[in-house]
Amino acid sequence: MDLSYSPEELSFREEVRAFIRENLPESIKAKAGKAAFYSAEDVRTWQRILNDRGWAASHWPKEYGGAGWNAVQRYIFLEELLQAPAPEPLSFNINMVGPVIYTFGTQEQKDHFLPKIRSLDYWFCQGFSEPDAGSDLASLRTSAVRDGDHYVINGQKIWTSTAHDANWMFCLVRTNPQAAKKQEGISFILIDMTTPGITVRPIITIDGAHHTNEVFFDNVRVPVSNLVGEENRGWDYAKFLLGNERTGIARVGLSKGRIARARMLAEKLPGENGTLADDPFFRRHCTELEIELKALEITALRIIDGQRRRNDGKPDPASSILKLRGAETQQATAELVADVVGPLGFANVQDGQSPWQDLPELELSTIVGAMPNHFLARAATIYGGASEVQKNIIAKAILGL
Amino acid sequence: MNFELTSEQAMLKESVERMIAEQYGQDVRRQALAMPAGWSEKSWRQFAELGLLGIGYPEEDGGFGGTGIDTMIVMEAFGRGAVVEPYLGSVILAGSILRHARFAGREGIIKGLVAGEKLPAFASEEQSARYRLDHVQTRAARSAARWQLDGRKVNVTAGDTADVLFLTARIHGAPTSRDGLAIFSVSPDLPGVTVEPYTGTDGTRLAAINLAGVTVGADALIAEGSEAWKLIELAHDEAIAALCAEAVGLMEAFINATVEHLKGRQQFGGPLARFQALQHRAAEMYVAKEQSRSMAIYAAVMMAESDRDARRRAISSAKVQIAKSIRFVGQQAVQLAGGIGVTDEYIVGQLFKRSSVVERQFGDADHHLALIDALQENRSYHVSA
Repeated sequence: MDLSYSPEELSFREEVRAFIRENLPESIKAKAGKAAFYSAEDVRTWQRILNDRGWAASHWPKEYGGAGWNAVQRYIFLEELLQAPAPEPLSFNINMVGPVIYTFGTQEQKDHFLPKIRSLDYWFCQGFSEPDAGSDLASLRTSAVRDGDHYVINGQKIWTSTAHDANWMFCLVRTNPQAAKKQEGISFILIDMTTPGITVRPIITIDGAHHTNEVFFDNVRVPVSNLVGEENRGWDYAKFLLGNERTGIARVGLSKGRIARARMLAEKLPGENGTLADDPFFRRHCTELEIELKALEITALRIIDGQRRRNDGKPDPASSILKLRGAETQQATAELVADVVGPLGFANVQDGQSPWQDLPELELSTIVGAMPNHFLARAATIYGGASEVQKNIIAKAILGL
Repeated sequence: MNFELTSEQAMLKESVERMIAEQYGQDVRRQALAMPAGWSEKSWRQFAELGLLGIGYPEEDGGFGGTGIDTMIVMEAFGRGAVVEPYLGSVILAGSILRHARFAGREGIIKGLVAGEKLPAFASEEQSARYRLDHVQTRAARSAARWQLDGRKVNVTAGDTADVLFLTARIHGAPTSRDGLAIFSVSPDLPGVTVEPYTGTDGTRLAAINLAGVTVGADALIAEGSEAWKLIELAHDEAIAALCAEAVGLMEAFINATVEHLKGRQQFGGPLARFQALQHRAAEMYVAKEQSRSMAIYAAVMMAESDRDARRRAISSAKVQIAKSIRFVGQQAVQLAGGIGVTDEYIVGQLFKRSSVVERQFGDADHHLALIDALQENRSYHVSA
């Protein structure tokens, strides 16, 4: 057993670090500490830089533009992005729809979509949840009725993050309402967001930002050639999609970066005796979070190592630990920063000038990002399979209850 | 980065797990606790035959080699069986002095220990020290070429059965100064040594050792000053790393018992396992156990770290994680078992008594958080922007 990175892995990490240092645009760097503020343009610009280097879709097979990295390298790459911090490649494109297309799509679909998915010429959003189908996703009702060479789609999706930036959606629709099991009548289809009949309505989240939406479909005609795989097999593809590349979901680097910024800021702010960093209760709180993160990081590496050795491509139910604890730790570290910032976090400066004077850029960005990040972090235990769903998975798939 | 066991380690794991599963049932454990020594010599001989007593001892000294990972494998299996024999106190804690100090007679003791014929103990705790290893009031006074030892040590595992006693004593200085510390080797048969055995709250055997005018030769001094402190600290780090693995085994046993109970116990017209509140609690116990396993691996691997501060930080971090996790897992296992969970007869109650000691042994979460904090002398944090 060896928990340290090998010399090759270390030099790989150095290569990634150097690349980020030299190529991350200044305007994006300035948003360190307020990742919730990355604009669509930031994400697009950075993903294209990565794509030019061959790193945008690192875990894809090489024939589709992947980097040919092993699981450890992919983990290092993602963690370095999170710690920098720099935007991650768009997960909808890279972790979700891309693998579904190269695994189940036609040759035409692969040729057409995959390069544009990597370069973010096509920005995909995820049409899964509906008002009456959240954790119980299989009860979705948005219908697709065959009419010649088209499906006619009617219904509503919700929590469609980035739909306002996206020009494509991968969508679960009901193609057979008579199927014996509700999972069996669902299909996976790609929808051009400029098709007539689609309405995107913003949902403003508690951080004051526009991340997510409702999407309405009113007789939207989608070519049958946009169906991925077989009709009525969409549930299988969705399960494949959700199980794919789950090892990055712990987002350890994001939380580590937050603790480092909290400690940095604490040295500048007054405590009861000296600075806040002199306060043993504050330091203890940081240390406890760091220990939790260390455990989480090793657990993530153990799961990656197990997958590498099994090499069957099957998702490991133990990844639920990573989603569960990872989300909790993201929340705890976002809270920590908000706690350190204290009353300086009370000013909402999303669109305007901050009232805080004479602060270096890094401190200022951490301060103004603190509360919005804390607000948005509350979603981490809800999206991507709520914590309660993760516990169901562990209880059933691992403990056999 | 690689979590794979070597083929030798995989074999060790297989054989020690099989021994625990097939030959260390609850009845064997209970009988051992009822024996005069509080543990079973027969089991100890089995450990010797399997080669477990020589793990971590260099081959040139008659041991079988191996690393912290090998010890982790053994201790996790021992945790699962809630083993009561003094492996942790003797082979690991006292053994650390044998492995790392150089003194006359060392090789003979190692040979005897590996064969299961000699039993060392390390008396490092005192009543008023709480978890502080440098809080030593037992005095060592030099007169000509001899030392006189006076004081009282407590919570000594195998203190009443050991034939070699290592103990910490103070040559000079206030109770917590480190440069006045020393480690002595003392035979329990010497005049002035009295051993008071008592039963621990986890059922295992402990002892207090009184030293009244005990006279030993110059060769009884194993180490003094900073060298002694280094050995004391290292011995307890090795013991903590091993204890973390034992804790993971205990948590496995708690969870196995809980799952079995939830599936078997019928209430409200069906098994308890169908209630989601209980499923979720069991899932949380599993997550706590796996996070602890990660830290037990970390501790085992970091025992090979040569930088003292890095090692210390890792070991204390692991103990914090393990202490919190086993508290949660143990308490929930009792809760989910219901009334039977607080009986002395049921395995969960037995495990809980041990886990409540493990949580605190060699320092609780608060103690180790304070140690980590003390390591961070230079509190300047690099932030990449």
